[in-house]
Amino acid sequence: MSDNTSRAHLSLLDATRWRVWEPLLWIAAFAAPFVLSQHAAIINEIAIVALFALSLDLVLGFTGIVSLGHAAFFGFGAYTAALFAKHVMPDPLVGLAVGIATSTLLGAFASFTVQRGSDLTRLMVTLGAALILLELANKLDWLTGGADGLQGVVMGPVLGRFEFDLAGRTAAWYSLTVLLVLFVIARRLVHSPFGATLKAIRDNRLRAMAIGIPVGSRITVAYTIAAALAGAAGALLAQTTGFASLDVFEFHRSADVMLILVVGGTGWLYGGVLGAIVFKLMQDFLSAITPQYWTFWLGLFLVVLVLVGRDRLLKPWTLFQRGRTA
Amino acid sequence: MLTLLFDGIAYGMLLFILALGLAVTMGLMNFINLAHGAFAMAGGYITVLLMQRAGVPFLLCLPAAFLGAALLGAVLERTLYRPLYRKPHLDQVLFSIGLTFMAVASIDWFMGSTQQFIQLPQWLKGRTEIGTGAWTLGMGHYRLFIIAVCAALTVVLQYILSNTRFGSRLRASVDDQRVAAGLGINVNMVFLSTFAFGCGLAGLGGALGAEVLGLDPTFPLKFMIYFLIVVAVGGTSSITGPLLAALLLGIADVAGKYYIPKMGAFIVYLLMIAILIWRPQGLFVRQGGKA
Repeated sequence: MSDNTSRAHLSLLDATRWRVWEPLLWIAAFAAPFVLSQHAAIINEIAIVALFALSLDLVLGFTGIVSLGHAAFFGFGAYTAALFAKHVMPDPLVGLAVGIATSTLLGAFASFTVQRGSDLTRLMVTLGAALILLELANKLDWLTGGADGLQGVVMGPVLGRFEFDLAGRTAAWYSLTVLLVLFVIARRLVHSPFGATLKAIRDNRLRAMAIGIPVGSRITVAYTIAAALAGAAGALLAQTTGFASLDVFEFHRSADVMLILVVGGTGWLYGGVLGAIVFKLMQDFLSAITPQYWTFWLGLFLVVLVLVGRDRLLKPWTLFQRGRTA
Repeated sequence: MLTLLFDGIAYGMLLFILALGLAVTMGLMNFINLAHGAFAMAGGYITVLLMQRAGVPFLLCLPAAFLGAALLGAVLERTLYRPLYRKPHLDQVLFSIGLTFMAVASIDWFMGSTQQFIQLPQWLKGRTEIGTGAWTLGMGHYRLFIIAVCAALTVVLQYILSNTRFGSRLRASVDDQRVAAGLGINVNMVFLSTFAFGCGLAGLGGALGAEVLGLDPTFPLKFMIYFLIVVAVGGTSSITGPLLAALLLGIADVAGKYYIPKMGAFIVYLLMIAILIWRPQGLFVRQGGKA
């Protein structure tokens, strides 16, 4: 009996173990700014976008809430961090903490809007929230600089020691470190019993309710945590580029991050990281060819992705197999 | 003040025609189609092309815009949309965003990113004023024309939906697809024709609205949220719901922008969020329909 339970316990724990390739991946990530020092800026961007996608994954992939307005938290974190650095103090870590804290508050507040209704209602409400913030940032031009963006943000050195250099290597390491820390936290979270209840809510809300999971409060907590991560990503963007503009709230940010997550795979924490790498490289490549029309190829990619099937495009070897579940 | 109300009604009517196709497809196929604005844009550009390049009169362009957009809709429904009806909403959202991006980029490529203008015929350009003082009602002739066309369309649609054989088939399919199919209704055909008709209406709306809403390649993205508001607030089970929602939205938007320009689009978004939190299924829901 006790042998059985311990075996079950072990097999549950097994799913949460660190795999061999995981530390290798992170070591490679941290080595990347050394090896490819002229591409440090794009590594920094990838880390930020990966964190943003990770945040959406908690909402979409693990809790099953379709959100088209995740840029709301991203942008809120970005503007708070930029304003804090400009007016209060230039220390990046404190600014990051402030950015996270404010987005968390916003997320807790906004989580009441995604409790009820169908997918369509949620899409509308999240989209509306992002648009309201966009309007706010646009109209409060004495504070945010309006359509010109918030300029003149000067960051101090990280930990009082590492200056942000022009090549962006410090920025890349800074973002990667934050990503790693938050990734580990998220990893711990989704493998915990709490994470299991989120997955239950995603798979069948009614049954989750029936076995006594407090669906409403779980959604609130998950949404708030995701908002905190998105705020951190936004704060990193503002700090490493020294700039915040209306662009951070735009619809295409929310759409892009959803695409990134879907490319990498939802409901899998590395999905966001993988998708961010693929997406950023693709964007870099395509916009080098056609700077103005690269959204066309992005759109085409999306259409093909959905028509072929999300799973099958990522695993091409299943393309010619008969679908078992179809 | 009456003028504002009048402009709001014209704007709302336009939104209604634009969004009606979306409401029907959403209610019928449970398909979240974010690319609906692309069909409206197609209608707008067809009108612009016909008028500028071929010199076709404005009134003839309107049916052309309708037919062009409807044809485009029918082709796309057959080829691309059909396989996605049973997919999860996430897939539908991604697919239609992709389609919108493609539409925006290709119009940008062919027509340039500048705003397009439509030369209205002389008899639509004037403006009539009735009354004096605070109660002056100024009616732009073009807006009057829009209201007349949209009102006529609404009456005709309501008649088709409630009094014809096709209408009852459509309502049956919306209520329960499987039972409708079991009764011998060719649900696929109903889907196809309704989708095409909805796209045609959007094209007509785009052609009519090119003057009022402005027509440039970002049109589908700019107005997507408005169409979705109409559908989400109005519900998808009747055409009176979206009509009232569109009028409410039109009046609120025009009045909000006039009285509190600083608040801009806030009022509309706040109103929408408030309504959706209060009644997640929309304001006007028929009891007993399929959820």
